[in-house]
Order: sequence, then C-alpha cells, then structure tokens
Amino acid sequence: MANHRFAPPRTKEPKEPGTGLRAPVGRRKFLGYLIAAPTLVVAAEFTRQQIFDAPSTAWAAATPSGPQTPEVYDLLDALRDAGRPTANLIRIEVNKDGTVSFALPRSDNGQGIITSTQMIIAEEMGLEVDQVKVTLADARPELMFNQLTGGSSTTFTTYTPIRVAAALAQMRLLDAASQLLQQDVRTLTSRGGLITGATGGSVPFSALAEKAASAVDQQVEVALKPREDFAIIGKPQNKTDARDIVTGRKCFATDLQIPDALPTVICRAPDLNGTPDDVENIDEVRGMPGITDVEVVSTGVAVRAKTFGQAIDGVRALRVQWNDGTVHGEDDESVLAKVRAAELPMAVPAGVGETIDCAFTFYFASSSSLETNSAIADVRADRAEVWGAMKNPIAASGDIAKAVGLPQSAVTVHVTEGGGSFGRKLFYDAAVEAAECSKVIGKPVKLMWTRADDSRQGRVHPMATSRIRAQISGDTVLSYEQRHTSVATQVNPGFGDAISTGAVKAPLGNLTLSESIFELTQVTPYDFGVSTRFLNEVDMRFNTTSMRNIYSPNVATARELMVDQIAAKMGKDPYEFRRAFLKHDRMRGVLDAVAKEGRWGRSMKKGTAQGLGFHTEYKGVSAALVEIDCRPDTVNRKIREAVTGPRVTKVTFAVDIGLVINPRGLEAQMMGGINDALALILTSSLHLTDGHFVEASWDNYFYTRQWNTPPEMNIIIVDSDADEPGGAGEFGLAATCGAIATAYARAVGKVPEYFPINHKDPFPFEPKPLVPPIPESPTDGLRHTY
Amino acid sequence: MPTHTFTLNGERVTVDVEDDVRLLWVIRDMLGITGPKYGCGINVCKACTCHINGKAFNPCSVPVGAIHESDEITTIEGLADGDDLHPMQQAWLDRDVPQCGYCQPGQIMAAVAKVRQCQREGRDLDDAAIEEIRNICRCGTYQRIREAIKAGADNM
Repeated sequence: MANHRFAPPRTKEPKEPGTGLRAPVGRRKFLGYLIAAPTLVVAAEFTRQQIFDAPSTAWAAATPSGPQTPEVYDLLDALRDAGRPTANLIRIEVNKDGTVSFALPRSDNGQGIITSTQMIIAEEMGLEVDQVKVTLADARPELMFNQLTGGSSTTFTTYTPIRVAAALAQMRLLDAASQLLQQDVRTLTSRGGLITGATGGSVPFSALAEKAASAVDQQVEVALKPREDFAIIGKPQNKTDARDIVTGRKCFATDLQIPDALPTVICRAPDLNGTPDDVENIDEVRGMPGITDVEVVSTGVAVRAKTFGQAIDGVRALRVQWNDGTVHGEDDESVLAKVRAAELPMAVPAGVGETIDCAFTFYFASSSSLETNSAIADVRADRAEVWGAMKNPIAASGDIAKAVGLPQSAVTVHVTEGGGSFGRKLFYDAAVEAAECSKVIGKPVKLMWTRADDSRQGRVHPMATSRIRAQISGDTVLSYEQRHTSVATQVNPGFGDAISTGAVKAPLGNLTLSESIFELTQVTPYDFGVSTRFLNEVDMRFNTTSMRNIYSPNVATARELMVDQIAAKMGKDPYEFRRAFLKHDRMRGVLDAVAKEGRWGRSMKKGTAQGLGFHTEYKGVSAALVEIDCRPDTVNRKIREAVTGPRVTKVTFAVDIGLVINPRGLEAQMMGGINDALALILTSSLHLTDGHFVEASWDNYFYTRQWNTPPEMNIIIVDSDADEPGGAGEFGLAATCGAIATAYARAVGKVPEYFPINHKDPFPFEPKPLVPPIPESPTDGLRHTY
Repeated sequence: MPTHTFTLNGERVTVDVEDDVRLLWVIRDMLGITGPKYGCGINVCKACTCHINGKAFNPCSVPVGAIHESDEITTIEGLADGDDLHPMQQAWLDRDVPQCGYCQPGQIMAAVAKVRQCQREGRDLDDAAIEEIRNICRCGTYQRIREAIKAGADNM
C-alpha cells in the first residue's frame, strides 16, 4: 500500500522538547481517493497521520514537576497510532437518489456518534444533517485496530478522515455540475443537495452521482472547509434517531426478527464463572411448555424457547451440579487484602517535609447497561452470522470463529445499535456464547442475559486502592506520590494490542497493557514537585472492564481529597489553592468558570457544603463544583427499596474539550457522566460474598435514580480555540467524583476512607437466591398501576 | 392451549399461549411489538412500562391470563395519533432527551401516566411527583427527562 502523506509533504513544526508544543499552521491540503464505481465513491485513509503528526496538547512551559506522559502523548494518540500501520480506507458514497451514505466503523450505544458523523459530512457537503445516512459498519477485519470504540476516541480519530472524504465528494460534484451547467466551478453554490449556478440553472446530487463517478482509483488533493465557514459543526443538533426512539421503532439486538432465532437464556452457576458439571433433569425441562432445546454449553445450560418467559421458566426448573468458580469462597475483604499486599511503596520517605498520607478503597462497581448482554447467532456448518452491539467487532469475529471452529472469513458480524455500553461492550461475551449455543443446538438463537446474569456474572469495574503521600514545606509541595492498586482490568482483547502497539512508542514510556493505559491517561495536573504515579494490578480472574474510564474516577477522587487536605494544611482556600497550583491557564479557565457560575464560597447551612474537583484527559480539561446536603432530614428520607442518603443538590460543571462538533450531544455526555459520579461516590457498588456478587437487580445495585439526581445541573462548555475535537464519552465523571467527595468530606467533617460511602451499610434489600439463578417474575403487576 | 384476546394499540389480538406467560413476552416474542423493553423482568427497572386502560403498568409482571377481553393495552407504538406525536413524545424530541434510547419508551409511558395521575388527583407535577417515577436511565439523562415531563404536561 502506498504511504500517503501530506500533499505536499511538509516538514515537522519545531517543537519544544517534551511539551508537544507546536506552532499554529495554515490551511492544508489532504489526500483523498476517488474509487472506481458506478456512482461517486470517495475515500480517505482512516488514520490521522497525514493530518496531526505531532501530539497536539499544546501545553507549554517547563514545570517543577516535569512533563508526565499524558501531557505529551495520551491514550487518544495511542489509539490513533495503533491504527497507523494497518489503516485502510473509509468511504462515502453518493447514491443515485442524491443521498449520501457512510458506514461508520464504530459502535453507537447512545453517545451520539451517528449524529455527529452526519453533521461532519453535512458540513463539508453543504447538506442538511438528515440528508446524510450513517449506519454502523459490519466487522471489517482489514481495518485491524481501527474499528474499536473506546477510550472516548471516536470523534478524535474519525473527524479528519471523514471530512477529507466528504470534501472530495463535494469537489467532484461541483466539477461535474460545472460541466453540466457550463459555468465556472468557483461561481457555483451547493446547498441541500442542489448545486446552483450564479447565472441560473441548478442540478441536484441525484443527477450528478453517476457523472461524478470515477472510472479508476486515483489519489486527489483536497482542501477542507475553513473553520470560520462552519454552519453545522459547533451548533446544537438533536439526535437524529430520537424520533425512532420516542415512537418505539429503534431496533436493538433483541428486537431484530431473524428467522427461527428463538429466545435463549443460559442457566448460570451460583459462583462467579462457575461451570456446569452435570444436569439432573435435562429431559424433563425439554418437555416444558414452549421449550424447544436444552443443551449444556461451556458457561452453563442453554434453554431455547418460543418466548423468553418460557426460557426463563426452563432455567428456573433445571437442577444442575456446578463446578467452583474462579473466586470460590472469596469476599470483599479477602480480595482487598490481596490488593493491599500488592501496593507499591512510596519513593520519598516520610519526614522529608511535613507528610500527609491518605488511603482510599474503591469497591467493585457494575458496568451493566440497561440493555443486557445479548446477541443473535446463526451458525451453520460452513458459516456463521452474528448480530449484536459490539465495540470491538473485529476481535469478536476472531473469537467467534475460534469458538465455533470456522475460519474468520466465514464469520459475519453485524454491529447493532446498543442500549448503553459505558465500556462493557468492548467485550462481546454474549456474541461468543450465542455462537456456541447456535452451534450446539444446531439452530439460530436470540441469546439474552437476564438482569441477574448481567449484574452477577457480567463485567465489573475493578476494586482498587489509591494511596497518596504528599510532603509539604511552607507554601510548597515538595513531592506528591500516588500508588493505585487494582484487581486486574482486562484490556485484552478489548484494548490490549492497540494499546501495546502505541504505548511503547510513547516518549516517556516503555510500558505494557493496562499499566500503559494508566500511564497514558493519568496525569497529576498540579505543580506538586516530585510527582510519581504508579499502577500495580493483581490478577484474580474477575470479569472486568472499563466503566466510563478505568482509573480516572478513582484516581481523581483520591487526588482531589488530598488536594483539599494539602490546602487545609497550608491554610488556603481550596479554590485559590487549586488555581495557584494548576499547571496551565486552560486548566484555570474551567476552574474559574465553575467557581463563578456555581458561586464558590457562598455561605452554606450547617450540614451542607460545596466541593471542587478538577480533571484533565482526552485532550481536554474539566472542573466541577458540587453542593451536597448531608443534613439528617435529607439523609434519612425514606423511599421504598431505595438508597437515599446525602443529596447532591447542585452541580456546576465546565468542560473545554477542544473543537465541539455537537454541543447538545456533548452536554448529554457530561450529564450522564455526572449522574454516574453520584452513583460511584454515594450509592452503588457490588458486594462480593462467598465467591459471588450479591446484587441481582436494579433495586439491589443502586444506580442514580430520579430521587438521587441533582435538582440543579449547569453544564458550561468553555470556548476553545483548539482545531481538533477531544474525547467526551467518559469525561463527565472524574472531576465530578472529586467534587462530590470533597463536598461530602466538608459537609460531614470527615474524609471517607472508602467508596461508595454506603458500601458497608446494611443491605436495604433481601438478596435474591443463587439457585435458581433468575428470580421469578411477579404476577401482581396489575396491583401497581397508576 | 388457552386463547387470550385483548386490544393492543387499538387492534384486537388473539394469542394461544399458557396462562402464566408474562404479557411482556406475549407482546414482544409472539406479537412482535418491541417498543416495551426487557430490563429486569421483576417490575423494578420499568423499561417495559405500558398502559392498561390508560394507566401505567409493567407487563413483565402480569400473566397474560390476568388480561381480560375488554382490556386495552397501549405500548409506546400506540401512543401517537398516527403521525401526530403525543405531546410527551414531542417534548422528548424538543429537549433531545434520549441517549441510547433503550429505557425511553418506558420513561415516556411512565411520564404520561404520572401527569394524568397528578391531574386526576389535583396534585402539582412538581419535583416530588417526578421523583416517584422509578424508571432507570443508565445513560443518566435524568435532568432532560425532568424538563421534558414538565413541558409535555403543559400540553396535555
């Protein structure tokens, strides 16, 4: 494959060593491709190497702390660079009916990337947003690592390649119209799929789709629309699938009607990852109403039936002997002891200055989305077809092929729109299981995990500890050391190879796997002298994944609590202290925004308090100011089968994430992150007892509900002059976690040692039985109408 | 096998299935109406919220045998009047409420019923009333849901 570069190639901008600083650049030309096809098909290389050839976080100035890896080379850069050697082309097609279509090689689970991609194409081509049809691409193994939706990377990695292709399409259409109308191309305007000449006459895209087509593949230079001409990018845009959603038409995996793919549910072990040994009554269950098949598979006993209700009845009736699971007999405290034993020592001994030590524990949390793990599979002797919401469909197709004994080329993986992911759908547990079930049963299956499965056996955010030691002298922080120790997070195949490829190229790193992600994402944003951050992980065979980030929410919670303590030790206001010690003006910009809008320092009643948090990641900066009410009347308010407790009454959140494609979508992502932060700090965790997680329901696992969510929320998008977008999907959490924790500590006068703060409270529920593994559906629903 | 007849989104439907199969699965797996979502199966998450004779209920927790011939079941698909959206659906669009959208059919059906309940009982549709709604949104779009409920109620 040709090595595609700038046209013309340009020399590298002079850079300050280690800072990633580069001079501003003028309008460039890019290389796109015309593809031989009956109608106009254009393409661009799906990497950004020809566009952004330097780490672009333009943070200057030598600092007492020295640069940490994420300041010069972060996770987004790694995800981009992982694609470089293997990148292939993405293509935009202009169809005979004048519509423009694009298959996005990413997974949309509600984050709005279909809408933002429509906006990017519409912008370059002068179209209305709804004139662009964007679908999710099937697995494309030739894209290698370039079909992974994670690390908040989608917009950062796709923005420019998509623009290049769209701009080329527009150029070709204008050229074709110029010939047809016999007018100079520079006098033509293109709006809404209609190209109009200055001296009259117009021609629609539909009449140009074939005329603009290319007979041969060729490289073409193209310039992109200058930012000052943007009419769509940066303007609020509603989600383009919203009407389908509010009318019930949006189709998720289990809504698909695939012939003969009958509902299938797996009977799972009481232990986490337990496996079936023997089934006592398989024939009896096969004879139950509606049930078509019952077969043993590697993770349990699969029951296929005419309805999910009957499949669940079958699961409940099974009598199975189980082998022990992977953490048989373990509980929270035994796991915590292993994590603590792995904590790395501090480098600077206590007593160098005035020493402050903090230690925090973060318990397991569930990444279960509202759509449970589910997939449809139709496995035949010579081929397999699988449907599901998958953020890493290439890896999925490889593992499915392995599971059913077919070559990867015989496996087709369709990416459906997902009902939430938050990281969980980086893995594809249901897709591999569905394929195995279909093969063993010999029929198509529509496999769905029940809520109890999803909560107890599904992937979790790992338990972790974070220890921090700071040494201060007068008004100076001499050293700041953070040691994060965690149950191992599975990053392979979800991230593994993409990251290891990129991380070893990081200027300051020679790291592997999850340590790389930690090193690439975590930065201490304050001038705290000698600053070290280390991660150590203990592999205990849990099913783990990121959950709107892996480390940041925990690391930031610990860090922001420590910052408040250092400020207190120096007798300084938490806002003034942060302002003085943050490294850059861009950071101070968001902090100032929340302090002003949220009225930092206003008088608060006893038992209520404000708190601040700050975080930098994803080429962006964010700050939160939270107000919390910890007065007894609030904490003790009673709601049936619910956790109430301290109420966050107001959140002011500011974000500068570079170029914003869709501010309304960005605000939505921040809102979701903020509500996640409430859950992580105040209400929701999993409890490991005797080798299994206790929680089996949304009334056991207390994700944020209407009665928890802040009555006031103000999200401020700070103007940024950055010429590229950063990452948004996970960015709302970390700063908010820090702010809630510091507000809580101030309100109650005590710094918590573990999170969520209710983890050791008595259960406000009766745990569901382990056998059978799925609770029976109630029959009294008509007694609860309103 | 028992036969069950009722009205679903204005149409008379008849199914042959055991009495104890929960209505959610009759609607989704047998009748192919997939707006009501499975989220827990135990009347907790409320993703399957529909209306029975105008009131909110959760078909995951109602055996089909408990449904009478005279019962009118409405799913999200039956809320709009043809192409004319219900005011609550329109409010949802105006405020760009949905993210992934999986819980949203249930949220909208719950919101409509909560507004009607408040109107019936002469109560204000205030924050306290909205906080009686137990539907989970794991994407966390709660603030926009609150705004949309109030805006939708103004046009109901």
